[in-house]
Amino acid sequence: MRFTSALAALAFGVSTLATATIAQSDEVVNVYNWSDYIDESVLEDFTKETGIEVRYDVFDSNELLETKMLAGQSGYDVVVPTGTFISRQIQAGVFQKLDQSKLSNAGNQWGRVKEVTEIYDPENAYSVNYMWGTTGLGYNTAMVAERLGEDAPTDSLSLIFDPANAEKLADCGIHVLDAPTEIIPAALKYIGEDPNSKDPEVIRKAEPVLMALRPHVRKFHSSEYINALANGDICVAFGWSGDVLQARDRAAEADKGVEIVYSIPTEGALMWFDQMAIPADAPNADNAHKFIDFILRADVAAKSSNYINYANGNEASQELLDEGVITDPAIYPSDETMANLYSVTAYPPKVNRIVTRLWTKVKTDQ
Amino acid sequence: MKPNRLLMAIPYIWLLVLFLAPFGIVIKMSLSDLAVSIPPYTPQLDISEGWAGLRALFANLDFENYAWLADDPLYINAFTSSLIIAAVSTLLTLLVAYPLAYAMACAPRRWRGLLVMLVILPFWTSFLIRVYAWIGILKSEGLLNQLLLSVGVISEPLVILNTTTAVYIGIVYSYLPFMVLPIYAALEKMDGSLLEAAEDLGASRLSAFWLVTFPLSLPGVLAGCFLVFIPALGEFVIPDLLGGSNTLMIGKTLYVEFFSNLDWPVASAVAVVLLAILIVPIFLFQRQQQKVSEQ
Repeated sequence: MRFTSALAALAFGVSTLATATIAQSDEVVNVYNWSDYIDESVLEDFTKETGIEVRYDVFDSNELLETKMLAGQSGYDVVVPTGTFISRQIQAGVFQKLDQSKLSNAGNQWGRVKEVTEIYDPENAYSVNYMWGTTGLGYNTAMVAERLGEDAPTDSLSLIFDPANAEKLADCGIHVLDAPTEIIPAALKYIGEDPNSKDPEVIRKAEPVLMALRPHVRKFHSSEYINALANGDICVAFGWSGDVLQARDRAAEADKGVEIVYSIPTEGALMWFDQMAIPADAPNADNAHKFIDFILRADVAAKSSNYINYANGNEASQELLDEGVITDPAIYPSDETMANLYSVTAYPPKVNRIVTRLWTKVKTDQ
Repeated sequence: MKPNRLLMAIPYIWLLVLFLAPFGIVIKMSLSDLAVSIPPYTPQLDISEGWAGLRALFANLDFENYAWLADDPLYINAFTSSLIIAAVSTLLTLLVAYPLAYAMACAPRRWRGLLVMLVILPFWTSFLIRVYAWIGILKSEGLLNQLLLSVGVISEPLVILNTTTAVYIGIVYSYLPFMVLPIYAALEKMDGSLLEAAEDLGASRLSAFWLVTFPLSLPGVLAGCFLVFIPALGEFVIPDLLGGSNTLMIGKTLYVEFFSNLDWPVASAVAVVLLAILIVPIFLFQRQQQKVSEQ
């Protein structure tokens, strides 16, 4: 699966057939979603019920998705950008308005999530929430304790942003998301600045924090850390909640003594929302609506969340969730933790250039 | 017989349609500005406006992106580092390829066809898969380290993956056939009686090689060097898969500008500069080929 997704992301355009069955009809829906972000049996169920074949393809960065969307004629029917990115994509005319009359399960959505996603997609006219989560710290309990002692600051950003700690963890391996729009806000939050700042002067303050971290980072990558954490190849990942929890589950399954924990830093963490939307030029818009409506079903949303360990925006699904998922504060944070989470909006194009240049410097030291 | 004029025009039509027209679009893009739209740059040519639209288009183009490239050492460093990596790997490929081609040319005639086929055989598998396979060989728990550890040559696994060394290995491996085949072709054509004559005149086998064989294989060596150097300079897949975040190559920089930074105008400007740099070796290659065919 990992090999396939990495290759698919690379050979962009190679689509993997997720359904085992050969399509009986010509009906298809082309779905472009994040890697490791679905229970594949959900796709099989959809094909069984509707006769529509799902062509499923994966990516691991919003930037890559946006490039394909802005190039136009991507051929995809359903895509899953993050809220931060969807606002400017809507402005650019990338998406079509959802036909609410075709979404019979729209009533299942969670008002609390819809309220937040309205910031990105006014009136939620173009998208529905698929999953939401936080960006925080995943770590290997034994390896971190061995290097930083039992009272290691595992619930604080200082675990990696304090060079003294990062240096000690470098030998066992730190992975950081290759996602400037999430890591720069975190660095700003750490030094007490506004994580959502669009002021180049403020953004530049993140540079020394990240440059101090960079020599100790083994890789900036947004999907390899799941297996790397699970196998014990790395000890800390600054990554997405559900991905770290998938690593935790894989490690537990492998039963080789690797214990992974996800923590939301006390300084505050980014809360993000991945939205399902239909490109304006989608070849099978009707099937796309059927697919989104299927995902909006309470039992399907619950099945998905139970499998990938992300919270969904589906209130009706909550009573169907596994006890371990709905009560896990790493998935559904407590109200107290929620108050400490922040969200960000997109950078304007010219500021974006400064952000990406800063990020290139962090990654390549150039 | 006079060649038909239409027939002569075909290569030029291909050149126009497949190279000059797309290149014109890239140049235009490199003079544009970033925008949040489909496609993500401005201005667009408004055909309905006719001449006025074209004039408005030209009025809005500028060289800002090239100034951006010149201002920022990142791009210059990426270009120079690509040139160095391409030159060093061309030399390494030559060192590996020459003995191989020489052995092939010396092999009995009935074996040669098979040997040439074996050199070409890797092309039957996707280039991407073959580079990917090197990850499995080079990583710290990979085949190479396991072998060296078990033999006892090293006590700690070598860190090769995600370094420039891995990029060199990848390039030499991937482009080896492009070097072997032209050298082999040059050596195979060589007249064996020349060597006999050299030895009759008292040359040792080594000096016969340096004074006769090597100069005669030079056209093949040069052709091979160009065939490796030119694609290696713009290489993207190998540094991306095998190189580390410190490996700076212009192909990768271009990819990042295009796909991660969504900066099509700057990406286009990088592409135009890359092409300008590549024209020099391509031109030299053409001249050399011409000289060979004249002989």
